[in-house]
Amino acid sequence: MTTFESVFAAFISGDGELYRILGLTVCMTLLSTGFSLLAGFPAGAFMASCSFPGKKMLRRIISTCMSLPPVVAGLFVFLLLSRRGPLGSLQLLFSLPAMVIAQFLLIFPIVVCLTLSAIESRQKAISQTIFTLGLPRYKTYLLMLWECRYNLLTVMLTGFGRSLSEVGAVMMVGGNIQGKTRVMTTAIMLETNKGNFGAAIALGLVLLLLAFLVNAIANHFQEADHD
Amino acid sequence: MMKSLLYHARKSAALTVILLLSVLPACQQASTASASSAVPTAVSTATAAAVETTAAPTKPENPIVRLSTTTSVNDSGLLPELEKAFESSTGYDLEIIANGTGAAIKLGESGDADVLLVHAKASEEAFVTAGFGVERIPFMHNYFVIAGAPEDKAKVAACTDAVSAFKAIAAAKAAFVSRGDDSGTNKAELAIWKSAGITPSGDWYISAGKGMGSCLTMAGEMQAYILTDKATYLSTKAQTGLAICLGESEDMKNTYSLIAVNPDKNPGVNVKGAQAWIDFMLSDQARAMISDYGIKEYGEPLFFYDGSPS
Repeated sequence: MTTFESVFAAFISGDGELYRILGLTVCMTLLSTGFSLLAGFPAGAFMASCSFPGKKMLRRIISTCMSLPPVVAGLFVFLLLSRRGPLGSLQLLFSLPAMVIAQFLLIFPIVVCLTLSAIESRQKAISQTIFTLGLPRYKTYLLMLWECRYNLLTVMLTGFGRSLSEVGAVMMVGGNIQGKTRVMTTAIMLETNKGNFGAAIALGLVLLLLAFLVNAIANHFQEADHD
Repeated sequence: MMKSLLYHARKSAALTVILLLSVLPACQQASTASASSAVPTAVSTATAAAVETTAAPTKPENPIVRLSTTTSVNDSGLLPELEKAFESSTGYDLEIIANGTGAAIKLGESGDADVLLVHAKASEEAFVTAGFGVERIPFMHNYFVIAGAPEDKAKVAACTDAVSAFKAIAAAKAAFVSRGDDSGTNKAELAIWKSAGITPSGDWYISAGKGMGSCLTMAGEMQAYILTDKATYLSTKAQTGLAICLGESEDMKNTYSLIAVNPDKNPGVNVKGAQAWIDFMLSDQARAMISDYGIKEYGEPLFFYDGSPS
């Protein structure tokens, strides 16, 4: 994979190297987005429906974390997992879990904030109905999330996009190791450094194609609802 | 949704304006500060240029020289020193672009650089043969070293040269970090594997695809062996805790060359500027600076001068 044409040839012929990179990219993106949604949806729903002291401050802190620079998140996880770091004994540095942890730090705040605004924007309309049902609290949350499902799909896509396009943190804690932690973005960076600009562009296009597929599926569901 | 979005947008727009207003004066201060600090430099270059016009009537018409080099050369700290001396003695303005060797040479092919300073003999010769470069001028060398954890579990220290050391590492299946980025260091490493008759693969061979410094950090974390240039090794030694397992051996010689980009292929390049840089690098002044570099800090020279000033 050194030229524009060879990347596409590899893409069509199902070349092992390219598909290993694609597979790792998809795996990482699904895991880091998945964990962020699992934790972020309930956290957003909780913050939307409860009031507690320090809520405003917490909200500001979380929304500030939306602009957390990936390299800072990467550096933090690196120091945490480094051999001399507090979690060094786990030997997680330069592995897929390390990349997922770093990306979680980047995506979780985005999911919480966007979920919170999505629910708040529809709260007046839905809360009266939901609360009069007298359901247990967790069911109330689930129902609230369900009512906002099409907004939450956009939240999911935003998290997915962040994960797929991110390079600073995964480079730092993943290490761009061939066959182990090399994903599309770090492969693009590597080819650029090698001077294989055509291959880098081709890999970028393949990455965009992947993003397009996911967005097309999600948009299909959203549109089905509006029709 | 729309309403609240609009509300939030307005609120955050107001916040942004406030933020910008509070930051602007600081920026202005900073820019005036940098402007005032820039004035003396401008004056000194002007005087340098003026001195030169009186000494030699040929004042550089095109003062920008674009030097494409590899990260390891730039990171060693030698190049910035040479740059300063070159600029003050000739009035040229050297712009250093540091990339991997592959990209560094590509910039010469596309005419985005006037002169190259690289260390990958085969690629350099191909570059000149294809007509992109005028001539390959080897002017200094140093040695790669094999660094690793102080325990040295593959017993590399007992080897006499890099080929036997690589064989020992492969036999022990000891972790080895490769640059894997087509850089000059990576090419030298692959050449040693080839001489050893080994195609490295398996879990122990880690192809990282990163720069020298990052790979040393990774080798430190993984307690792995690594082929590195000595300058970068020494500058990261304190953080990585790696030791030199095998020092200078003839099969780890690393030669640096200068190549002016051929104006026949890329008419826009600064031929005179490139020649001025090459002349400077072959001068006695540059010889002294290169030969002394590193002695003060590390107690030994990092580069050995080969250029032959007439």
